[in-house]
Amino acid sequence: MTVADVDAVLRRHPAARRDALIPLLQEVQETRGYLSREAILQISRHLNLPAAKVYGVATFYSQFRFRPPGKFHVQVCRGTGCHVAGSARVLQAVVEGLGLRPGETSRDGLFSLEAVACLGACAQSPVVAVNGEFHAGMTPDSLSAVLDSCRAKACDDARAH
Amino acid sequence: MVTIEVNKRPLRAREGERLLAALRRAGLSVPTLCDVPALFPSGACRLCVVEVEGRRRLAPSCATPVEEGMKVMTHSPRAVRARQTIVELLLANHPDDCLYCFRNGACQLQRLAEDLGVRQRRYVGAKSDRKIDLAGPSIVRDPAKCILCGKCVRVCEEIQGVAAIDFHGRGSRTCIGTAFDESLNLSSCVGCGQCLMTCPTGALREQSHVKEVVGALDDPAKLVVVQLAPAVSVSLGEAFGLEPGTDVAGPLAAALRELGFARVFDGALGADLAAMEMAAEFVERITRGGPLPMLTSGSPGWVRFVEEFRPDFLENLSTCKSPQQMLGALIKTYFAQQAEVDPARIFSVAVMPCTAKKAEAERPEMGCGGRPDVDAVLTTRELARILRMRGVDLAALSPEPADEPFGERSTAGKLCGAAGGAAEAVMRSVHFLLTGKDLPNLRLQALRAPEGVKEARLRVGGRDFGVAVVSGLGGARRLLDEIRAGWRSLHFVEVATCPGGCVAGGGQPVGASAQAVRARAEALYGLDADEPIRTAHANGAVQRLYQDLLGKPLSARGRELLHTRYAKREVVI
Repeated sequence: MTVADVDAVLRRHPAARRDALIPLLQEVQETRGYLSREAILQISRHLNLPAAKVYGVATFYSQFRFRPPGKFHVQVCRGTGCHVAGSARVLQAVVEGLGLRPGETSRDGLFSLEAVACLGACAQSPVVAVNGEFHAGMTPDSLSAVLDSCRAKACDDARAH
Repeated sequence: MVTIEVNKRPLRAREGERLLAALRRAGLSVPTLCDVPALFPSGACRLCVVEVEGRRRLAPSCATPVEEGMKVMTHSPRAVRARQTIVELLLANHPDDCLYCFRNGACQLQRLAEDLGVRQRRYVGAKSDRKIDLAGPSIVRDPAKCILCGKCVRVCEEIQGVAAIDFHGRGSRTCIGTAFDESLNLSSCVGCGQCLMTCPTGALREQSHVKEVVGALDDPAKLVVVQLAPAVSVSLGEAFGLEPGTDVAGPLAAALRELGFARVFDGALGADLAAMEMAAEFVERITRGGPLPMLTSGSPGWVRFVEEFRPDFLENLSTCKSPQQMLGALIKTYFAQQAEVDPARIFSVAVMPCTAKKAEAERPEMGCGGRPDVDAVLTTRELARILRMRGVDLAALSPEPADEPFGERSTAGKLCGAAGGAAEAVMRSVHFLLTGKDLPNLRLQALRAPEGVKEARLRVGGRDFGVAVVSGLGGARRLLDEIRAGWRSLHFVEVATCPGGCVAGGGQPVGASAQAVRARAEALYGLDADEPIRTAHANGAVQRLYQDLLGKPLSARGRELLHTRYAKREVVI
């Protein structure tokens, strides 16, 4: 995320005040998929709010990320339906398999992990979305296969270049 | 007025006031951990819950307005049980290292656990693994001991206008921290310590210099000297069971010698010297036409605030060092020469009612050739700790005077311990400089400001000056805005970082009542009323310093030793 990206967003809201904080955080996050340190500082200056407060609000909501997302953004649903169907085990498996906690991005930039409250596809629980594509009835094993295919795709893409 | 019934007795209360305030006025003790009387109630801790007839749920008395005919039970079995449970839950993830905690004996959580008779560990939670933030020059944060009452956050933002910290995260992961969870060192924290004064537990404390000082006292190669800030002598006694406002300057000098300090210097002389230099600088600015208003620079939290938040006012800050640093510079030059000691052998200690002074002493320009002018800064609390550790009983010692060449002081210097005192001290000398005579009545009552903003117009030698005093950085920030907007015609502004001035500083004994703080200020006013030497320019030691070393105020040597410069600071704000 560049300073100019954020400036472009902020220019669209010249008269924004503190009540616009959350929509602004969302709009800025949409540009690059996360909130950089500089982006938070730019927003706090724009709204004349202390950076500690803006950071505090942003960390309150799980929708905000503070590191760039990976090439494959993995969202594990932890809604009620998925929980009953065993999503805790699925999340645990992916945490161990990728060595990431929710909110983190792997060092090679390939995967990022997010635990979400509900993806709205309870009939297909437990659901995992990878870059927005839903995978139904996930188990630790089937998710492992999905992640492997992501890795293979990344290798193919690298070769193609 | 409304009448309510509390514990089956009638109680008169003001219409619409908070129930807790009415209960307190009636002398009823309802515990709280999150209430800051000056601020809007947050209702966070729920310890002040009481039973109100007709209500299904317990009511937090801090956030419940009184209503006519309301029937309240403050200590019903249900209310007491709720409080016990709250404390037990707060203790569930607490480190439980009370015996090793620096707040041992002064902790409100510990006190409540005792008062409520918590004897059993009914809830066991995972202990916090959050790291202590040790990197700040003034304040140490230990998030594991934090109970999330939020008082530090509110005081920092709403009273001091700094907002270096806020709540992060949510639910059981909530914590208090700076932006991006970095060290206070990198934040906009000015080190005032008002957060730790309001903290009910050991989550916030000063960066201690006790070890360094005790180590230096044990080192025969060092000549350890100490200067005492004006507010310390009227505050320290409280830590030894004396009445608030008792002046222990005499016994304290004896106690410090007993501890092994080679010289005991009166920091109020530093304040006298600062008043002289500031008065001369003010007269110079008036003559040259600015920049005005001149802002005082004795309070290091405020200086840092201007550097961070309002660099557009840097030119207005007086170039005078603070009294601590003026005396510090003189100790390692003038005193070293007089006493024929190598300055490298001198270990210079300052006892201050302040945590920001610790950071000030570390500023690179506050020294010479990489050697700091002040080697260690103790808070009033830390000095009390050392005295207790060494078994010194202040009450049993006969008073002794401070040491030459920095042993004499005027009461003007002493006044600097309370908000408004610096303005009073400087204006007394300004009047003398401009007219050659003293102010008819030296007392400037209009400027004696325990809190908030005070303003007075002074007529000196045919000129009319607007003088203001503000304490608390939030108020100072608003005053700067008003000055910028042209709403105020001011020539001189004293700013004290802490509301009420140094007597209420972040290095003072914790848990003191508002009356105790007031008594400290009154003690300083009392000295000024009783003693004969009441102006900085009448202080014999100051006069000798100008004769022997400095020549006159604002001399080249004086500018080198006693004045400094400021710079905009880039921090996360």
